[in-house]
Amino acid sequence: MSARRHAVRIGLARGWTEFVLSLKSPQDQGFYLFTSVATVTYLYFRRDSTVEGIDLAFPVLALPGILAAFLVFSLVAGPAQTLAMEREDGTLLRAKCAPHGVTGYVVGQVVLHSLSLVPMLGVLMVPSAILFDVFSQRGAEGWFTFAWVVGLGLLATLPIGIIIGALVPNTQKAMTWGFLPVMAVTAISGIFVPMSSLWGWVQVLGQVFPVYWLGIGLRSAFLPAEVAAAEIGGTWRTLETVAVLGAWSVAGLLVAPVVLRRMARRQSGAAVAEARDQATQWVR
Amino acid sequence: MGGERAVGVEDLRMRYGDKDVLDGVTFSVRRGEVVVLLGPNGAGKTTTIEILEGLRMRSAGEVRVLGVDPAHAGEEWRARTGVVLQSWRDHARWTPRMLLRHLGRYYEPYSTPERSRPRDVERLIAAVGLEEQADQKIRTLSGGQRRRLDVAIGIIGHPELLFLDEPTAGLDPHGRREFHELVEALAQREDTTILLTTHDLSEAERLADRILILAAGRIVADGSADELAREIGREAEVRWRAGGEQHARSTPDPVAFVRDLLGEAEEITDLEVRRASLEETYLAMVQAHESGQHASRSQGLFEEVSP
Repeated sequence: MSARRHAVRIGLARGWTEFVLSLKSPQDQGFYLFTSVATVTYLYFRRDSTVEGIDLAFPVLALPGILAAFLVFSLVAGPAQTLAMEREDGTLLRAKCAPHGVTGYVVGQVVLHSLSLVPMLGVLMVPSAILFDVFSQRGAEGWFTFAWVVGLGLLATLPIGIIIGALVPNTQKAMTWGFLPVMAVTAISGIFVPMSSLWGWVQVLGQVFPVYWLGIGLRSAFLPAEVAAAEIGGTWRTLETVAVLGAWSVAGLLVAPVVLRRMARRQSGAAVAEARDQATQWVR
Repeated sequence: MGGERAVGVEDLRMRYGDKDVLDGVTFSVRRGEVVVLLGPNGAGKTTTIEILEGLRMRSAGEVRVLGVDPAHAGEEWRARTGVVLQSWRDHARWTPRMLLRHLGRYYEPYSTPERSRPRDVERLIAAVGLEEQADQKIRTLSGGQRRRLDVAIGIIGHPELLFLDEPTAGLDPHGRREFHELVEALAQREDTTILLTTHDLSEAERLADRILILAAGRIVADGSADELAREIGREAEVRWRAGGEQHARSTPDPVAFVRDLLGEAEEITDLEVRRASLEETYLAMVQAHESGQHASRSQGLFEEVSP
C-alpha cells in the first residue's frame, strides 16, 4: 500500500512535468492562441447584438456558456485523445513495466488535464475581461460560484474523457469519439443557441448531460440575478446543477477505474507494434 | 543463487483463433545466464517473451519467472524484472535525464541491501553513453541513442532479470555494435540474467551463453553456438584433389576418413575439411521445421480428400 501511495506522489510530479512541457510546446501554445483568437473575434463581431429583454452586452451573456463548452471539450476530448495516443506510442506500456507505474500514469493524466484548465480558461477569460468587461456584474461571491462549478465540472467530465480514451480502439477513433459527442451535446446545451428555442425533447436530452449544467452554473456565477428569468424554470437551478454534475462524477469515478484496469491489462508490446503499423496505413 | 532457475517454461501454448503460435515450448534459464531466443519472423519469439514479461496471457502451459507465475505476479515482481520492447515512441517531449529520474522513483520502495534501487541516474547515463543527449528532447535522439535509452530504462530498477525483444532491429551496424557492447558489459559486470530475442544469428552467436532456436512455435534446438553447430552439423564435408580430379565426400567422422584417405598411396592435394557453419545449420533447421509443418499440413489435406 505504501508503494502505491509512493506511486501516487510520483504521478502528481509527473502531471506537473507534463503540464510544464505542454506549456513549452509550440504545438500546445498554437492551440491556445487559436482558441483565444477565434473566440475573441467571434465575441468582438457580435459585441453589439442584443438579447431581447436583457440589458447586457452579448459577450457578457455568451461567455459563461462558451467557457463551459471549452471546459468540457478539453476535459473530454483531451484525455480521450491523450490516452489513445499514449497507448499506441508505448507510454502506457512503459508505465506498466514499472512497479505501480500505471497508478502513477493515471494520476499524472488527471493532474495534467486538470491543470490544463488554467491556460485554457485563461486565454478565454483574460482577453474577454479586458475587451468586453465581462466579469464586472458580480463580485467575490460570483468567483466563489465559479470555483465550485469548475471543480464539480472537472469531476463530472474528466472521467468521461478517460473512459472514452480507454475504450476507443485507436487514436483515429479517439478523434471521432472524443470530439463528436462533445460537439453534439454542446449543440443542444444552450451554449450557442438558447435552450428555449429547441424542441421539448431535445431540451430534456440536453439536460441529461453536464455541458448544460456547467453553462448555467457559470452564468449564475457571472450574470446578475434577474437574467435567471430567461432560464428554464426561471431560476439558476443551483441544486439541480449540483445533483446532475454530482451524479456524473460518482458514475465516472466508479466506471473509470474499471475500464482503466481493462485497458492496462490488454496493453502489450505487440499491440503497440500493431498500432504503429496501422497508424501508417490510413486507407483500409 | 548460482544454479537456481530464473525462468522455467513447460509446454507453453498460445493459440489465436485456430492458429497455434506456440505449440509446446519448453526451456529454462539459469540465473546469470544470457540466453538468446533465435528464430525467423513469426516464429513466436515476441509472444513467448511477452508471456514471460506478464504482458500477455497464455493459452496453456506452466511458466515460472523468478519463482512466480507472471500471469498473476504483483508489483513487487515487476520491480525485479526489466523490460525492453520493440517500437517505443513515447515521451517525445521529455529528456532522457528527466525520464530516467521519473521512472527510477517507482523502484525506490523496492530497494534492498543487495540491490540498491533505482540505479544512479548519472552513472547510468554515462554507462549507456548518452551524456551529450541527456538534456535533449527524446524525439531528437537517433535510433541507436533511443535504443540505448530503452536499455537504460530497462535496467534503471536494477532488475534480476532483463528481457530484450529484438533490441537491435532497425539499428545501423555502428549502433548495433554499441548495443552489443552494452549488453556484454551488463552480462559480465552484473548479476543480471538476460533473455533476448533476435532473428539475427550473428547477434545470437556474439551475445549468448546459450541459444534457443524457435521455429514454427517450438524450440527446435537448445545449446551454445558451438554445441548447436556440432550437434546439427555432424556431417563434415571433405574435399580433395587426386589424379587431377576433384573429389568431395560427406562424413560423420572426418578425422578417420582423412586418416584413411592419406594412408592411400595416391597423391592428395587441396585437402579441405569443412563443418557446417552455424548459419547453415540454423537455416537448414528452420527450413526443415517450417517445411515439416507444411508437409504435415498437406498430408492432412490428402487424408481429408482421399476416400
